Amino acid sequence: MRLRNQEIKRFLVFALIPLSIFVLVLVVPFSRGVFFSFTDWNGFDVTKFVGLDNYISSMQDQAFWSSLLLTLAYVAASLILVNIVAFGLALLVTIPLRGVNFLRTTFFVPNLIGGVILGLIWQFLFGQALPVIAETTGIPIFQENWLLDTSTAFWAMVIVTVWQMSGYMMIIYVTALMGIERDVLEAAFIDGANNSQTLFYIKLPLMAQAFTISLFLTMRNAFMAYDLNLALTGGNPYRTTELISLHVFREAFGYGNFAAGQSQAVLMFIVIAIAALTQVIISKRMEVQR
Amino acid sequence: MKRAKRINLFFFLVACVLAVFYAFPFLLVLINSVKDKRSVRNEPLALPQEFMWENFTNAIKKMDYWQALGNSLIITVISVVAIIITSSMLAYYLARSKSKFSTVTFLVLVASMIVPFQALMIPFVGLFGERGLNMPGNQFTIAFFYVGFGVALSTFLYHGFISNIPYELDEAAAIDGASPFKTFRKIIFPMLGPVTATVAIINALWIWNDFLLPSVVLIETDQKTLPLKTFVFYGKYTSDYGLAMAGLLLSIIPILIFYFIMQRKIISGISAGAVK
Repeated sequence: MRLRNQEIKRFLVFALIPLSIFVLVLVVPFSRGVFFSFTDWNGFDVTKFVGLDNYISSMQDQAFWSSLLLTLAYVAASLILVNIVAFGLALLVTIPLRGVNFLRTTFFVPNLIGGVILGLIWQFLFGQALPVIAETTGIPIFQENWLLDTSTAFWAMVIVTVWQMSGYMMIIYVTALMGIERDVLEAAFIDGANNSQTLFYIKLPLMAQAFTISLFLTMRNAFMAYDLNLALTGGNPYRTTELISLHVFREAFGYGNFAAGQSQAVLMFIVIAIAALTQVIISKRMEVQR
Repeated sequence: MKRAKRINLFFFLVACVLAVFYAFPFLLVLINSVKDKRSVRNEPLALPQEFMWENFTNAIKKMDYWQALGNSLIITVISVVAIIITSSMLAYYLARSKSKFSTVTFLVLVASMIVPFQALMIPFVGLFGERGLNMPGNQFTIAFFYVGFGVALSTFLYHGFISNIPYELDEAAAIDGASPFKTFRKIIFPMLGPVTATVAIINALWIWNDFLLPSVVLIETDQKTLPLKTFVFYGKYTSDYGLAMAGLLLSIIPILIFYFIMQRKIISGISAGAVK
């Protein structure tokens, strides 16, 4: 009994305030959001339940589907490219080169800066600077403003994402590469393994955990991307480059379709949850047990 | 040996070329921030012929730079301090309590990390806005929200560390007559230094750059943060690119200064935060 009282007292002292804030800010709005998605909520009042109507109309909404598919394509492209580039950079900056710290800093800095600022910078690049460069150098690839066409605007977003996120993931891979014990590498060297064998058979399996984490983080950031999308393309041309996050925002606050927007937000959450779980389960299975 | 040297030189050159690519956008912003409209438009690559320092004074005025900077600083500091206090305490409770309740709470916290803000953004406005709890759109309100969103990850980071601190320390303190809170404040918390640094850095970078939450919560112009204010250069002012570039440069500078002061801590914070 005394123990139980003590436990309650400890809960009151340490956990009550943090947990109340967590519940009020995250759990309550989330549950209310799920609840509202089954009603005719207009942002303020609920008059009746509508069952799955919001979900059905979202599913039938062409714009929602194209936004969702665009988001999936964007996530897939970012996931692959960010991690390949980041891993390459990590290999590069773990070679004992001159000025390696300076190089690491340069690769990392885009990550410090918020998506809105980066989006505006690249808008200037794609819209103004690169076309002029293309004209003067005669390299045609950036002659047209990439942001004016749906498919090039998509790749523009991917390029900026890779540029922004690869430095962060590079740090994670660098930490993992440096964490591999020297004697393992020496043993491989003595056994006559060459560089690429060491990379594929020793280093990669031993740093599988770093891949799990960095794939997870890339995926999460890409699914939730909003600032960059807003500032770089703003969804243009004609709302064809709207990622799901911006789409939901506009559906609710732009067009006032609160219940429909909320049902799309819930669907977005479900997609993220499924993707994240699948990724973590697959990656965990590939990790080496030691 | 010679071959190895040549290979290293090759990789060094590759790295340098890549570094130029990565730095290129910033260099463009830098050189164009002191040029006039026409020169930015016609020759964005050229070095400035004459320096238009007015771009900076105009940009400072246009985005209320000092006020926005102050708002961002205050919000970031208040929120980070609040997150450190709440999550270290919560983690201490969860790590020491063996009850089922604490296990379940911990799992809920971990699971909550994949909930996107977008999934609660819409009810958020109804719940905390004028027709709901009517919370004022100020620094304390937004810090309160940041605690709600940040507490899960930070508690998780603290939890891993506290679990490794031997329980005997708590017992010894209790025998000496210290209350649980005093034990935490005098003995446990001082040992958490490295995690506190990680938690502070991860949250500071996130909150400093966050756009969506303040754009929903901070309605008053004189409370807007730096990212919100930078957005004035979108659309309306993009005809004057020189001015916009000066504004962008101004918004980048504070975080760069922070980075160069804290470089070591930031890098180790990120690697520590990622190892779960």
